[in-house]
Amino acid sequence: MFAYVVRRVLATIPVMAIVALFVFSLLYIAPGDPAAVIAGDQATPEDVERIRASLGLDRPYLVRFGAWVFDIARGDLGVSIFTNLPVSTMIRQRIEPTLSLMVVTLILAVSVAVPMGVVAAWKVGTWIDKFVMGFAVLGFSVPVFVVGYLLAYTFALELDWLPVQGYTAFSQGLWPWLENLILPAIALGTVYIALIARITRATMLEVLQQDYIRTARAKGAGQRSILFLHALKNAAVPIVTVIGIGIALLIGGAVVTESVFAIPGLGRLTVDAILRRDYPVIQGVVLLFSFVYVLVNLVIDLLYTLFDPRIRY
Amino acid sequence: MQRRDLLAAGLAAGAATALPRIAAAQTARNRTLRFVPQANLTSLDPIWTTAYITRNHGLMIFDTLYGTGSDFQPQPQMAEGHVFEQDNKVCTVTLRAGLRFHDGEPVRAVDCVASLTRWMRRSPMGQKLATVVEELSALDDRRLRFRLKQPFPLLIHAIGSVNAPIPFIMPERLARTDPFQQVREAVGSGPYRFKADEFNSGSMVVYERNAAYSPTPAGTRSLTAGPKVANFDRVEWHIITDAATAASALQTGEIDWYEQPTPEFRQLFARTRDIKTEPIDPLPNAAIMRFNHLHPPFNDKKIRQAILAAVSQEDYLTAIVGTDPGMFQAVTGVFTPGTPLASDVGLEPLKGPRDIDRAKAMLREAGYTNQQMRLIGPTDILAPSALSQVGADMFRRLGMNMDLVLTDWGTVVQRRASREPLERGGWSVFYTAFGSYDFLDPSGHFPIRGNGANAWFGWPTVPRLEELRDAWFDAPDAATQKRLAVDIQRVVMDEVPYVPLGSYVSMTAMRRDLVDRVVGPAMFWGIRRA
Repeated sequence: MFAYVVRRVLATIPVMAIVALFVFSLLYIAPGDPAAVIAGDQATPEDVERIRASLGLDRPYLVRFGAWVFDIARGDLGVSIFTNLPVSTMIRQRIEPTLSLMVVTLILAVSVAVPMGVVAAWKVGTWIDKFVMGFAVLGFSVPVFVVGYLLAYTFALELDWLPVQGYTAFSQGLWPWLENLILPAIALGTVYIALIARITRATMLEVLQQDYIRTARAKGAGQRSILFLHALKNAAVPIVTVIGIGIALLIGGAVVTESVFAIPGLGRLTVDAILRRDYPVIQGVVLLFSFVYVLVNLVIDLLYTLFDPRIRY
Repeated sequence: MQRRDLLAAGLAAGAATALPRIAAAQTARNRTLRFVPQANLTSLDPIWTTAYITRNHGLMIFDTLYGTGSDFQPQPQMAEGHVFEQDNKVCTVTLRAGLRFHDGEPVRAVDCVASLTRWMRRSPMGQKLATVVEELSALDDRRLRFRLKQPFPLLIHAIGSVNAPIPFIMPERLARTDPFQQVREAVGSGPYRFKADEFNSGSMVVYERNAAYSPTPAGTRSLTAGPKVANFDRVEWHIITDAATAASALQTGEIDWYEQPTPEFRQLFARTRDIKTEPIDPLPNAAIMRFNHLHPPFNDKKIRQAILAAVSQEDYLTAIVGTDPGMFQAVTGVFTPGTPLASDVGLEPLKGPRDIDRAKAMLREAGYTNQQMRLIGPTDILAPSALSQVGADMFRRLGMNMDLVLTDWGTVVQRRASREPLERGGWSVFYTAFGSYDFLDPSGHFPIRGNGANAWFGWPTVPRLEELRDAWFDAPDAATQKRLAVDIQRVVMDEVPYVPLGSYVSMTAMRRDLVDRVVGPAMFWGIRRA
């Protein structure tokens, strides 16, 4: 197992290298010019050229790529073209809100969606099943920002129960931290709940047909025990896979959710950086996201062994 | 003691303990102004970039030797005064005593010399000034001297300019930075200090009152002139990119002031008792259409003139601010309406009923034979996006062979720098908007430049415009300046280096208890809670 983990961690290096090359090349050929954005509407072409030269953007592709890779190898993600702040500092400033949002969403989604899926499978064909499936279709169909605006309008503007926007650091207290995350987490989690609930229901329906479930019933096991002990554990592998894949969904959704609720996270940092063509920031954040995604996949693979002892690495 | 009495006594004791805390929190809240700016603050150097948001940041923390009043006349700010000598070829400016930077260092004349020298490299007005400055030096800690090759009547106007980049005074150690590189710190001597430790670009910018700031005793407060009295201990800029979220936050009182709500929120705010809306600046912004003069079809003056017959300024303006006639002013010319140089002389081609058929006929007469043209425009910034949509419709109705390329603003600003023909990625026309102060006079008015390859994007060659602009700088009095401005407008309407598309007002929205705001760009002195 240890050797497997080491192998997988080492395998992230070529993956990250390919991601780095891809991201850098994509930004290189993408239209847009940070020097023109910096110079402003009134700048002359000569001003733009001088700024471009001062930023080193006039250097050849290979020289720029080489310098960037060399810096990354030393653990230096570079400096934002606009703010002059190190990219690592900007990421550090933004990582807590995004992590908080994702963790709260994940907890909320799993704790709601898995029981929903289990109950829907148990009560298949009944109004409960139809309700869960109806919710799942709705959850998939309604965009995150629409859910966000509806929640903000109802619970912040009309009822005044929760704040409209912003983020309070965890260090300022549990409730101030949580009250800013409830609405965004519900908005972001809706599609995720729908996804997990559907997969849980489908997998549970399959598992509930298995012989060992019939055996468990025959020996008099209770319904709760059958559902959550025998069936759910055996259905866990595909569910965990979907939860893992869903992390990418969360990262994408976080960009929109952070904008709607003005949460200063990595999603907004990425969008702002893209609009300004702040190349070092875009490259740094995308690298980080890819690393997280690779890491999540590794954790999921390791979790398989927990749920299914037949799987060995 | 009965249970009810015990409960009452307990509640009273709790309230007595909590009330001072509540009152303290309330006071702290009252001393803080929470503001949503028009954009994210990314760069902290208002000389390096001309972005309006960075200019506004500069107004918070830096000061200038002279300010400009709402009458557009300079008034001493950091300066105590100035003296012209030797037939106006020498000007000595004396600093007020006791001025200090936020790092505690005194403001000295050498700081001003370094700051102005850097500014003259980037500002159009400064560049013009630099051509006549023989020497700029510090005589001692409080006096700096301009030695000029020839008199420059606008010298004091220039160093008190409100056009970005504004000639802010920085410590010499920062002002020695290459003007094409950013300064590394935000240290000024203005009414607010920048809190670097709380700066989170894209989320929050924090300023605290500069307790050591000594406002000028001179003049009355208007625009950047007069005493800058900071009434809040703390000003927080909350970066909220989503307009609906910012509007909701203003309604719930989570923020106090929303600098530039989009027009659709005006009616919503009008129905909210605690919120008031007003023009952020009585002077309107200007919308323009810019041609590429290097390539067909708009390298032909007759074709540019033909387009004028089809331009309806009102159509363009309502696309930005809606149909409320109080929000825009159609048929405006080259200079900002309501300012000394504005006039309606020569605007006949933009007046009267708009006639597409006549414009088509003029195009045919001009020899337009269905050559392709390319309109480049953004979809992510309100004014240029709306203008581009109306423009595309106009060119379609004119029957022109249009290639419409809509992208984001970042791509537009890169692409418009291309001087290549259309087949190699070039462009024919784009739309943008300028702030009111950019079009106050010819100094910072880029679209009227006619210096060919060195001109603003579009590169028109109109020597007469350059002559008139140079003459304006040398004009001895306001009447001559006005006459030259009228001539410039006439030439613009004849040569059509660009098309003025009218002017519109930007609204601002704030909690009703905020009073005494200084009108102009978002500025934070004077304003207080009632």
